[in-house]
Amino acid sequence: MTLTPHAMGTAVPRPEGPEKVRGRAPYAFEHPAAEPLYLFPVQAAIARGRVTAIDTSAADALDGVVLVLTPETAPRLSDAIDPDHGVLQSAQVHQHGQYVAAVVATTSETAREAAELVRVTYAQEPHVAALDEDSPELYGPDTLVTGAPSDDTRGDPDAALAQAAVTVRATYRTSMEHHQPMEPHTTVAVWEGGRLVVHEATQAVSWTRQTLAGAFGLAEDDVDVVAPHVGGGFGSKGGTHPNTVLTALVARAVPGRTVKYALTRQQMFDLVGYRPATIQHVALGADADGRLTAITHDVVEQSSRIQEFVEPTAAFSRGMYEADTRRTSHRVAPLDIGVPTYMRAPGEAPGSFGAECAMDELAVALGVDPIELRVRNEPEVDPEEGLPYSSRNLVACLRRGAELFDWSRRDPTPRSRLVDGWWHGSGVAAATFPVVRFPGSEARVRAARNGVAGNGSGAPRYVVEIAASDIGQGAWAALTAIAADALDVPVERIDLAIGDTAFGSASPAGGSSGTTSWGAAITEAAERFRDKYGDDPDDGDAADATTPDNPWAGEYAMHAYGAHFAEVAVHADTGEIRVPRMLGVFAAGRIVNPLTARSQFLGGMTMGLSAALHEESVLDDRFGHVVNRDLAGYHIATCADVGRMDVEWLDEDDPYVNPMGSKGIGEIGIVGAAAAIANAAHHATGVRVRSLPITLDAFL
Amino acid sequence: MKPFAYERPDDAQGAVATVSADPGAAFLAGGTNLVDHLRLGLATPSTLVDVTGLTSTEITDAPDGGLSIGAGVRNADLAADERVRARYPVLAQALLAGASGQLRNMATTGGNLLQRTRCAYFQDLTTPCNKREPGSGCSALEGWARHHAVLGATHEPADVACVATHPSDMAVALAVLDAQVRVLGAEGERTIPLSALHRLPGGEPSRDTVLAHGELITAVDLPPSPIAARSTYDKVRDRASFAFALVSVAAAIEVVGDTITDARVALGGVAHKPWRATAAEEALVGAPATDDTFRAAARAELVDARPVESPRGGTAFKLPLVTAAVTAALRGLTGREEHA
Ligand SMILES: Cc1cc2nc3c(=O)[nH]c(=O)nc-3n(C[C@H](O)[C@H](O)[C@H](O)COP(=O)(O)OP(=O)(O)OC[C@H]3O[C@@H](n4cnc5c(N)ncnc54)[C@H](O)[C@@H]3O)c2cc1C
Ligand code: SF4
Repeated sequence: MTLTPHAMGTAVPRPEGPEKVRGRAPYAFEHPAAEPLYLFPVQAAIARGRVTAIDTSAADALDGVVLVLTPETAPRLSDAIDPDHGVLQSAQVHQHGQYVAAVVATTSETAREAAELVRVTYAQEPHVAALDEDSPELYGPDTLVTGAPSDDTRGDPDAALAQAAVTVRATYRTSMEHHQPMEPHTTVAVWEGGRLVVHEATQAVSWTRQTLAGAFGLAEDDVDVVAPHVGGGFGSKGGTHPNTVLTALVARAVPGRTVKYALTRQQMFDLVGYRPATIQHVALGADADGRLTAITHDVVEQSSRIQEFVEPTAAFSRGMYEADTRRTSHRVAPLDIGVPTYMRAPGEAPGSFGAECAMDELAVALGVDPIELRVRNEPEVDPEEGLPYSSRNLVACLRRGAELFDWSRRDPTPRSRLVDGWWHGSGVAAATFPVVRFPGSEARVRAARNGVAGNGSGAPRYVVEIAASDIGQGAWAALTAIAADALDVPVERIDLAIGDTAFGSASPAGGSSGTTSWGAAITEAAERFRDKYGDDPDDGDAADATTPDNPWAGEYAMHAYGAHFAEVAVHADTGEIRVPRMLGVFAAGRIVNPLTARSQFLGGMTMGLSAALHEESVLDDRFGHVVNRDLAGYHIATCADVGRMDVEWLDEDDPYVNPMGSKGIGEIGIVGAAAAIANAAHHATGVRVRSLPITLDAFL
Repeated sequence: MKPFAYERPDDAQGAVATVSADPGAAFLAGGTNLVDHLRLGLATPSTLVDVTGLTSTEITDAPDGGLSIGAGVRNADLAADERVRARYPVLAQALLAGASGQLRNMATTGGNLLQRTRCAYFQDLTTPCNKREPGSGCSALEGWARHHAVLGATHEPADVACVATHPSDMAVALAVLDAQVRVLGAEGERTIPLSALHRLPGGEPSRDTVLAHGELITAVDLPPSPIAARSTYDKVRDRASFAFALVSVAAAIEVVGDTITDARVALGGVAHKPWRATAAEEALVGAPATDDTFRAAARAELVDARPVESPRGGTAFKLPLVTAAVTAALRGLTGREEHA
């Protein structure tokens, strides 16, 4: 079905906003508990080897210490878990910073002090932590983390490159990056009899429940995971990490007591995932008119030796442009470091840097405008699947952006505009992100005419429950609007409840899939409800539904598109870089809530700016850990880096994607943003920087 | 994090007496550096002696026309002072280029001077560091050394090597202003020129300054300085705000006709201490105020420079950067329009 929009498309303020600004919205750590205990871990000081002895006597003796757990004393976990999750299950050390013991105490300060008193002795083994393209350990994985094949070749791209009128070959590098949400990863766990109750900073209460149930050999119904408010995630709170398992494990040893563990900022760099560094070899061949005859995008990237995670870096190049021949491939370096994870637009974010910079280089080589080059290579049908598009408005985004950015007045000559001692230039790049629908979200609609939420004989209110997560993206507001339209009532009559496994299973806030997956489930439940009870239900009438399959899946290729424009200024003496202006124009179906959508696009663009100029986890391979491990060392963009940021979206009417007509918008804002900045920096200075972040030394 | 006692003596003498008598005691001012170090396990004092309110929080006019700044004056207040802004703009600019509004509201003049290096390995207890653990080695030499020194560092022998930089912006401005630091010790008061307060690592990188344990900074005196009325602080960093300097330049210059008649230059981000660039100053005075002169002056200062040649990011880029930054700063002060 397709919804008729009333609330959708209008600015719906966050229903939880007032609570948040008053500081009353409870985040995981603030969950009240009687006499909570605090956990602080002991972390491995080596990257690989074995713990040979742990002396906990000094820690045990400290006043306020309740328990010190080591691999020898920790309760056993089930064997059927990710290697990464086997905390305190063996003496093996597979990464620097790994948990090797844990202290629980009555105050967090005591726990921390005691952890420092634990003496650990190791038998160290040689480790490898540097990403080296020539490493004999490189291997070709079967699949990317998305499940798509690692390698894909169509035609003979090498032959096509050899014959092309114009070719561009270059190597691009992107950095290891760590998610830094304001709220660090946090777990508050208590065992109540055989049940495990967890308040968690997570993008996915159901996934967390599944992992914990698996780790402790419990039925999923015996685990509750609660997360009504989450202070940012960016992907690291999608999967479950060792910190969560550790807290639950420690809590098991003190049944009935609540154990709290919030990571320090430094620990955020150790074991809750990261975006792996990539080395991307890109080659483009084109005929004299600029039509692509070959695209190759061959990637080497980091992963962990104990658990594979293949960033789908080159996947971006599989569907973006028409080309007769094409090759995409991934090789993985298994390192003795933590396990990578999803980070906003995994694959598309780093992959678009290589691919969209290469397009810019090709435009320069051909003497063709970079927008025109992209228009000339616009595909008729999706190059990857051969399917028609449900809608594809990349060209419209490029054209609208060009208009807003005064592109027609741009002199393409690099290093031609010096203003007050700064070289200025502008650049463009394209963006895309797929429409993702995860199965299995359960939604429930219930009428409330009496009781706390209802108003007796007046118009019914509707309680809508789904175990969705709001990590700041605006699910509270968007799902309220969708429920209102699905039930054909004003938003004021909706009482949404999310972030609790008590509401059943739900897919995560990830893959820009939330609005599609949860919204489709809510719409279905509302439809069933109205079929059954009409518009004048009795108190307690209820209907359930699970995310339906999309009947158009397999018939159409479904993606959002966008165009980034950036103006960059580089100081003529010192090479300092500023971005006076960024513009993103997106075509992403119906925009359900313009208020929060704007923030999502802007947030993505800001993260792209940050990747372009700053974000780099400096992994010192001698030790095997990230050494710029706080926010003074790991830079994230500030307001002063950028002048004006504008976002616009095009109206797009797509009846195929879902009942709302919406496409995901959480990630597309970052895709291509760094490439636009790098392309603008080249236009400003004539210097092509192919490695992120772009720092001033490149221009000295 | 180790438990500690917290004390608030009645006066500065009492604070000095307490800390002097106890090798485990430390002064606490705004706490923006020290409290971080407590959390990191980097500082493990047994007693914290809070000096808030024990040293002056006033900026007073000195009889000679200079200013006297109490050690307790917050960075934000010092930057906002009208006299500082008019007479010593380099100081106001340096302060505003440092940290963030919130931090400047807490940070004090004394604490700012004695903040410790941001070297990543110094702050990480799991890696060798001669400054933190004498004799353990210097991890920065072959490590991530983007923020490290090009001047006055100790590269060898390995057990005393240290290539760290002092992170304060304010101190670089004070160096160019010939500030004097007033210090109270168990034996009484003494005055130290700012340029002599911080040390080069030499053979003893664990010591940042010439202060003895228990010596308390009570004030910083600025002599009158007509040249400072036209002074500037240019900070080059990896991020436009809230980042430590890669290289910074504090400068003041006087030009008569086309000739430079007087010049003051100090550099930040290049050494274990704020670096007064006396060789550059000598090269400037008497020369024409041109980009060529400015570049030559910067190069004169760098004659003995030795960058960190680390495979994981060294400081070779700082040599051209110092030259570029000095040139841009002096050009800005002289209002000239040439460019590289
Ligand atoms: C994220 C971040 C970014 C920053 N960015 C910058 C920057 O860009 N530029 C910059 O210059 N600084 C920067 N800083 C550092 C900041 O300026 C210092 O932390 C601050 O100035 C220290 O002052 P405080 O009063 O808080 O000192 P405290 O932390 O209280 O003390 C620091 C040290 O000085 C000692 N001490 C304090 N007062 C006295 C005294 N009167 N006599 C003797 N000893 C004393 C203490 O014992 C301690 O060893 C940054 C800090 C942070 C956390
Ligand atoms: S540079 Fe100095 S502070 Fe840094 S690791 Fe080396 S010895 Fe330690």
